[in-house]
Amino acid sequence: MEKMALKYSSYKSEKAEIVDIKKLTENEKLFRVVLKNKGRLDHEPGQFVMVSLYGIGEIPISVCSSPMISDYFELCVRAVGKVTRSMHKLKKGDEVGIRGPYGRGFPVRILEGNDLLVIAGGLGLAPLRSLITYVLDNRRDFGKVHLLFGCKEPKDMLFSDELEQWNKRADIHYSCTVDRASPDWAGNVGVITTLIPGVDIEPSRTFAAVVGPPVMYNFVIKELIVKGVPERNILLSFERNMKCGNGKCGRCQIQNLYCCQDGPVFNYEQIKNLSEAI
Amino acid sequence: MEEYQYVVLKKELFNDFIVRLAGIKKLIAPIAKGYNNFAYEEVRSGEQIALKYIPTILPAKKYFMPRNETLLEFSTGKKSNVEAFIEYESLTLFGLHTCDIAGIQCLNMALSERPKDYNYLARKNFITIIGLECNEYCDEFASCHLVNASFPSGGYDLLFTDAGEYFIVHINTESGEEIVNITEIFNKAESLHLNELTKIRENKRKVFSNEVPIERRHIPELFDRSFRSNVWKEIGERCLSCGNCTNVCPTCYCFDIRDELELDMKHGRRYRVWDSCQLEPFAKVAGGFNFRKERFVRQRHRYYRKFRYPVDKFSRFFCTGCGRCTRTCMANISLKETLNQLVKESEDRVWKRWL
Repeated sequence: MEKMALKYSSYKSEKAEIVDIKKLTENEKLFRVVLKNKGRLDHEPGQFVMVSLYGIGEIPISVCSSPMISDYFELCVRAVGKVTRSMHKLKKGDEVGIRGPYGRGFPVRILEGNDLLVIAGGLGLAPLRSLITYVLDNRRDFGKVHLLFGCKEPKDMLFSDELEQWNKRADIHYSCTVDRASPDWAGNVGVITTLIPGVDIEPSRTFAAVVGPPVMYNFVIKELIVKGVPERNILLSFERNMKCGNGKCGRCQIQNLYCCQDGPVFNYEQIKNLSEAI
Repeated sequence: MEEYQYVVLKKELFNDFIVRLAGIKKLIAPIAKGYNNFAYEEVRSGEQIALKYIPTILPAKKYFMPRNETLLEFSTGKKSNVEAFIEYESLTLFGLHTCDIAGIQCLNMALSERPKDYNYLARKNFITIIGLECNEYCDEFASCHLVNASFPSGGYDLLFTDAGEYFIVHINTESGEEIVNITEIFNKAESLHLNELTKIRENKRKVFSNEVPIERRHIPELFDRSFRSNVWKEIGERCLSCGNCTNVCPTCYCFDIRDELELDMKHGRRYRVWDSCQLEPFAKVAGGFNFRKERFVRQRHRYYRKFRYPVDKFSRFFCTGCGRCTRTCMANISLKETLNQLVKESEDRVWKRWL
């Protein structure tokens, strides 16, 4: 067997440095990452990168910062598996490998001039944060912006500082709910679908962006259709266990679609007849 | 057929040819491996080669996309470093049937689609392919005619066709021509040889016919109609989820990527290994949700990846009709039988609508 260096490799990552780490909850941390040579990541909201911890593994993580920021990008990581748990042990100044961005994100150009209804369940807020911050950075281009956020308990709330700021802003309507309240919780209690009927939007010119745990989608979509949001305007981002990001390894396949290349953001019309999607 | 594209090799010179061919670069050919089993392995002489063989246990994909393939070597720590490279071997593969050549053509398509898989594409250039045409069926499990892989259509450098006393050899590429020149053992083909080849092919047309009662062009429709079919449920009940069918499939290329550290904990490699959509954790995500939890869903996925999804993307089936999945299945799940059942069920449905 001989060896030959590959000038082009689909699997080699860029060196990146973790410049800041913020603990968001018991299980989630926010990593601020800077690419060492390449500079700007240049992603679209909703796209993901492959994060490498050499010796441990590589995983897909959605970028959760605005594409308008060019000096760094942010990844919100929940410690659930081998790589994510190791990632939680990293310190400021440590190195990771990054390749990407991959996939099709939210079609921001198409969203312009429309009302936006952003529906985030739990960790789903991470990829949506990149959309929300992009929209806020370009606020004039969009109509009304609603953000509905739901999580299990108040202590699971991600980006609580930012949520609070958004709550204060006049140009974004924010409401949230928790499945189980804590004694000091004064807000809504119940599943996220309970917030949808009360949203004041013009459904025919509204785009809904929905990200959350698998169980959430069917209920939210049903409610959105009752509300009158067109199927094409319901945008969903899917989580799959991608290994390559290049549409090859087969892990993320949803029937004939590859989540890593054709997605992770799909509109409902594209996938409503596909089983294995939601 | 142009005479200059063909040469002839007398059978008594076959061993000499193989010896000379093995002198050029490492030669791989099918050899017998116990009762009715064959494998591609290195050979040095003609006697080792099984010229009459049923498809080998593993297809030739093991040379194009090794089961375990290093993608990167890295060192961790303060002076971390990552190198991307391919491991390759300069090889000649001799004796590939048209089904296995079709399998490589499928892999070529899938892995050269953007974003390209440079590991695969770089490696394949080191491999010379010499085909061996089947004049009759290898066994009852083959369904190569149904998927249009029973007759040669490119994908090889040289193609051998057995004409009794001699082989008629089609030169398809320059590197094929080079082999003919270097080995200095072939004779020019004359019109009588080409007439013989025409006769062989005509005869083949009588021998090979659709193994399942459906026209090729109707297969995608059949699958469009059959997604909710009970046939999948039946298969799912028998399937053991062992992954044998995808392992031996010449067009299955799904993989897992893993890291491996050396004992010094500083150096390591990232490699890919064959994976299988039939295995339970394949479509599982963090948190434990599984998008293809049930066996019948995984089996159905395999069939659709062979007969439906690639048709839109690559305008061909990703089944080459080699029959390996059927031969290897411990639960006797048969590809031909499954297609037969789908056809029958679909016909029944049409009749019911009429009555």
